[in-house]
Amino acid sequence: MQKKEKNNSRRNFLKKLPVLALGTVALAGCSSEELDEFFQQNFRTLSKAEKNDIVKNLEKKYSEKYGKEFVVSDKPATEGILFGYALDLSRCIGCRKCVYACVEENNQSREPQVHWIQVLRMENEKGIDVHYANVHYNPDLVPEKGHFYMPVACQQCRNPQCTTVCPTKATWQTEDGIVVVDYNWCIGCRYCMAACPYGARHFNWGEPNIPDEEVNPITHYLGNRPRTKGVVEKCTFCIQRVRDGKYPSCVEICPTGSRKFGNLLDPDSEIRYILENKRVLVFKEELNTQPKFYYFFGV
Amino acid sequence: MSFLRFINGSFKIIVNGGRVYYSCIFFLLVLIVWGALGYYDQLQEGLIVTNMRDSVSWGFYIGNFTFLVGVAAAAVMLVIPAYIYDWKPIKEIVIFGEILAICAVIMCIAFIVVDIGEPLRFWHMLPIVGTMNFPSSILSWDFFALFTYFILNLVIVTHLLYKQFHKKEYNKSFILPLVLLSIPAAIAIHTVTAFLFNALPARPFWNSALLAPRFLASAFCSGPAILILLFQVLRKTTKFEIKDEVIFTIAELMVYAMFIYLFFTVSELFKEFYSDTEHLVYWEYLLLGVEKNREIVFYSWSSIAMGFTAFLLFLIPKTRKNLLTLNIGAVLIYFSVYMEKGITLIIPGFTPDSLGQYLFYVPSDIEIRTAVMIFSGGALLFTFISKISIAILFEGFSIDSLQKKSVESNTQTV
Repeated sequence: MQKKEKNNSRRNFLKKLPVLALGTVALAGCSSEELDEFFQQNFRTLSKAEKNDIVKNLEKKYSEKYGKEFVVSDKPATEGILFGYALDLSRCIGCRKCVYACVEENNQSREPQVHWIQVLRMENEKGIDVHYANVHYNPDLVPEKGHFYMPVACQQCRNPQCTTVCPTKATWQTEDGIVVVDYNWCIGCRYCMAACPYGARHFNWGEPNIPDEEVNPITHYLGNRPRTKGVVEKCTFCIQRVRDGKYPSCVEICPTGSRKFGNLLDPDSEIRYILENKRVLVFKEELNTQPKFYYFFGV
Repeated sequence: MSFLRFINGSFKIIVNGGRVYYSCIFFLLVLIVWGALGYYDQLQEGLIVTNMRDSVSWGFYIGNFTFLVGVAAAAVMLVIPAYIYDWKPIKEIVIFGEILAICAVIMCIAFIVVDIGEPLRFWHMLPIVGTMNFPSSILSWDFFALFTYFILNLVIVTHLLYKQFHKKEYNKSFILPLVLLSIPAAIAIHTVTAFLFNALPARPFWNSALLAPRFLASAFCSGPAILILLFQVLRKTTKFEIKDEVIFTIAELMVYAMFIYLFFTVSELFKEFYSDTEHLVYWEYLLLGVEKNREIVFYSWSSIAMGFTAFLLFLIPKTRKNLLTLNIGAVLIYFSVYMEKGITLIIPGFTPDSLGQYLFYVPSDIEIRTAVMIFSGGALLFTFISKISIAILFEGFSIDSLQKKSVESNTQTV
């Protein structure tokens, strides 16, 4: 099929010329659903009823595409919750189980590959220094002598630069502290990627690909619902899980228990315990991003 | 009716020309189609056909955008000395400078459109219909500045040419404030574009207060360089008159700009190399390469060599006042700034990325073809607008000439 289309590329191109020149002209040839999607406004400005419609349409669309029943939630933040994360650098062995659990849970593209978590292999002698870090380590067995590991994903900054620079307000920090992206509003300018000091934002350079049998149908509008090419995505602390009272999947999968998660506003939470009793640090503190993602040394 | 006749007349001017003109137009059209077929692949497959990836998330497109903002800005900044020194063909200098600015701004917007992942959603960043993140996002400032600048130039050029076309004196009290306003607007577009990169603490390579001043200084070199060459072509081929002295004065002003540009660059280099912090790593990639990876070393050193040669050619009075060496210098400085802005400004900012990882980026074929499409399209647009303007300014293309012609053709048919 695709081959055939390519052979006609020149004729197609002539047809597409008006699209290049005037987006509006192209709309004449679109179905009403595509038109609705095209004219859909920024998620934050929509009413409850409009959100419901959009979510219903998406559920239908995804169910047809992947051949299984989809849930697309738009559950808002709960008052009195501010999510925080802590990672024990002395326990992490660099096995990357979190990376792949995250890919499966959050419907990241398999080909081209998108990973929200990057595990940095650091040199013991250099400490936390990205200039001696390597993400492409590939030994038979981890941990390796002379190295420690530092997984990095979105640091969920209290003072995020990515949301400041976005020209369309397509990304913002929700009340429970999660920085999210409206994939239907993002124009793909990648200014946020230039602004993020943690390499936490990832772009869909090509059409994302997830095998039907591996796709996770339990999704959130601002989180793990399938994306399209040309938009930016990032870690949301598994918004579809944590807003339902579950742990993020990286916390659940971690075989060494290095990953801790909880409500920063709850004095009895584990994350609070760590902040009170362990000594923590935040990554690149000199940039004043004020992460809600802490690193600590538990042993 | 008269507007239709104007369009008709302009069309005739565009399609009539000598053999050189036709071959130029044909060549540009071939380049546009060749580039557009490449860009069509990008529309189909996504930006994956470029060599940009998460590590190097901006590349050749944004570099060209930055360079063209400089061209757009500097073309109009030439108006300042034109007023101060009271150069004679001031109206023509303003008109051609601003036509160049208009075309450059259109090319800038085109480079942004081809760079974004969802070009049809461009309207999301507009006020009212979309949710413009103003004043937080510098990109929204940049869009606002470029748009204002574009409208200003369009109004000025259209007014001047329209009045000339109708054989009337232009309205000085209307035009002069706009021309004067376009000067700070020109400075604004380049400053805001520098601020786009400059205030990202995540990218130490750009995080220097000297970035905006360096942008302006370099633009003051590349913009007038094009105009110097253009004025000489116009002088040869049309009734446009400009004295050698004016060209030499422009060149003299460019020497100051080049010196300041050089001084800023040396200051930046001294600070980085003497402090020898981890931020030096980007400069090392720029100038020396990392291990065997020297993708942009050639461009950075050619830029330095060409810029320095041009500086010497412009500095020494003998070579400055010789049109041949002057023109060589103008071409050299133009390409020096192009390599600096187009290639060696953006890429080292991302090499290594914010987690210290290296992706060695060079533009893909499709990126180059898309850029060729935009540059050729811009050149074609500039040629057409200039040709009509030349006809109006120097060849008596006017409302009278059209009426006379239609009377003639009527009598002929009778």
